[in-house]
Amino acid sequence: MSGRPTTSVVGRVRGRLEGPNTMGNTNGFWIAFAFAVLVFAAYPVLFGASAANRIAMFLVFALLGVSLCFIWGYCGILSFGQVAFFGVAGYTFGIVTINVTNYTGMTLGIVTAIGVSTLFAAVLAYFMFYGGVRDVYVTIMTLVVAIVLHTFMQQTAGSEWAIGDARLGGFNGMVGIGNLGIGVGDVGITFDGVAFYYAALATVVAVYLGLRVLVNSRFGYAMIATREDEDRTEMFGYDTTFIKFVTFTIGGAIAGLSGVLFVTWGNYIDPSQFAITAAAMPVIWASIGGRESIIGTIAAAIAIQTLEFQFHDQWALVIVGSTLVLVIVLLPNGIAPAVRDVLVEHRRPASPAPSEEVGD
Amino acid sequence: MSVSDPTIRTTPAVEETGETSSRILQTRGLRKQFGGLVATDDVDFAVEEGELRCLIGPNGAGKSTFLKLVTGRHEPTAGSIYYDGMDVTDLPTHERVDRGISMKFQVPSLYPELSVRDNVRIPLQRVATPGEFEARTRETLERFNLLEEIDTVAANLSHGQQQRLEIGMAMTLEPKLMLLDEPVAGLSIEETAEIADLLEALRAEEEVAFVVIEHDIDFVERIADRVTVLHQGAIFTEGTIEEVKADPAVRRIYLGEGA
Repeated sequence: MSGRPTTSVVGRVRGRLEGPNTMGNTNGFWIAFAFAVLVFAAYPVLFGASAANRIAMFLVFALLGVSLCFIWGYCGILSFGQVAFFGVAGYTFGIVTINVTNYTGMTLGIVTAIGVSTLFAAVLAYFMFYGGVRDVYVTIMTLVVAIVLHTFMQQTAGSEWAIGDARLGGFNGMVGIGNLGIGVGDVGITFDGVAFYYAALATVVAVYLGLRVLVNSRFGYAMIATREDEDRTEMFGYDTTFIKFVTFTIGGAIAGLSGVLFVTWGNYIDPSQFAITAAAMPVIWASIGGRESIIGTIAAAIAIQTLEFQFHDQWALVIVGSTLVLVIVLLPNGIAPAVRDVLVEHRRPASPAPSEEVGD
Repeated sequence: MSVSDPTIRTTPAVEETGETSSRILQTRGLRKQFGGLVATDDVDFAVEEGELRCLIGPNGAGKSTFLKLVTGRHEPTAGSIYYDGMDVTDLPTHERVDRGISMKFQVPSLYPELSVRDNVRIPLQRVATPGEFEARTRETLERFNLLEEIDTVAANLSHGQQQRLEIGMAMTLEPKLMLLDEPVAGLSIEETAEIADLLEALRAEEEVAFVVIEHDIDFVERIADRVTVLHQGAIFTEGTIEEVKADPAVRRIYLGEGA
């Protein structure tokens, strides 16, 4: 392979990934990004499987944060309901894999769980957006959905609340959920332990790159136009209701994907995943990282969850809360845009720069 | 309820002119009520292809409401809207835009946080392929005298530049009917003249009809083929600017107040 065609392929791929709608369009960014991915990839080797196992959980939360960043930062839809799609996917995966305890069940579980959460998001989006619900009322409705699910799942402890062999378990949670795996019957592969870590990392990287392509595409511009001025955008011939509907549904699918990873990590889920504290976390990650920056949200989710783990007592919430207040007061758009501004102003793009933004 | 005396009307009702095929826009009995308030009162209105029509009238005459009915932002209480011979009364806004209706809002409505280039891209990507974006963006900006500002964030443009950019963005869709809501409000005399030149150039180059809401009578006098006076939601009179200005009833309700 000669250098030229490779360059043009790289150029074309970068052309799809880059644009004014995402942060990090420089060589320096991609070098730092590759370095960060490498560090994450080497993590289990360097620090052992149990440390990596913990980071895997943070990656799963990062994905949940991304599902909000995408719809809030890019289309202006502030949702507290991402945990609803996350949890519904988790419970669905649990129900399927408890009833079908082989690789068919795992494969079916992934498909069904993401399908159900996507459909749930689509139905909610349909009634909200085609029903003319806008702005803060969307936020309130999504929060209510999460609270209703929380309340409902809390009271399913009795043995009458079971689907096949899968007991919903109420506040005790659902136990015995299957692992992440793909296959048919007894033939297949399971992603357990370190393999799960790599599956989670690969998923986050793939979703990140996929969303970068999407937000820099025509649809991405339409999302941003809808966020900025819905009436104006409609008057340029865009069906903004449909754009919001599709965006919210994609966000639900990503949240569902993270929900599947969550339950396969601990083989367990309970209704606290729908609680207000849990529902607020994606909003906090995106606010601190920068809701218009996918990479910023990922970094913030990992950082905050690490912090919360280190101080795993009441101090964690105090620290997270104070950070949130400080960031909102000092950097209303979050940390990532501020980092970019500093780097763009003081350094040339080619320098291997934004490791702070990426690597965390 | 109408104040308009039928004898004042200079334009006959639509049916009498018979031929409708050259009409780009026509409304029949168009009515909009907000509760007890009649904002648009049985308006029969028609614009020919390529015509530039000005809508004038006192504040609250229902001019903006009328445009919002044409774009689909408001649903009419009664009546129909025909565009290019087609009944568009029940079409949503974006489908009307697809068929060739475009609009510049009263308050400059740009995407303030985006660059001028990205602002133009929003409408442009609906009608152009990615390979054409850069060339057509430059073409549009050249035409609207904004090429130097291509990388400027829209919020940093002057008011006059914002007005021009928004007209330019609306024109990239190559509309057959362009609605302008007060395109020169708040502009200096020079900027107003610039917009007037621009409209004349656009009309010379393209098959596009305009409906322009404006209070600046000198501007109206310069650009309008015909003028429709709205008063209390109804058509008060129609005609050339000379006819309208000479009408004592129009002077009493509108022009008398300072024009």
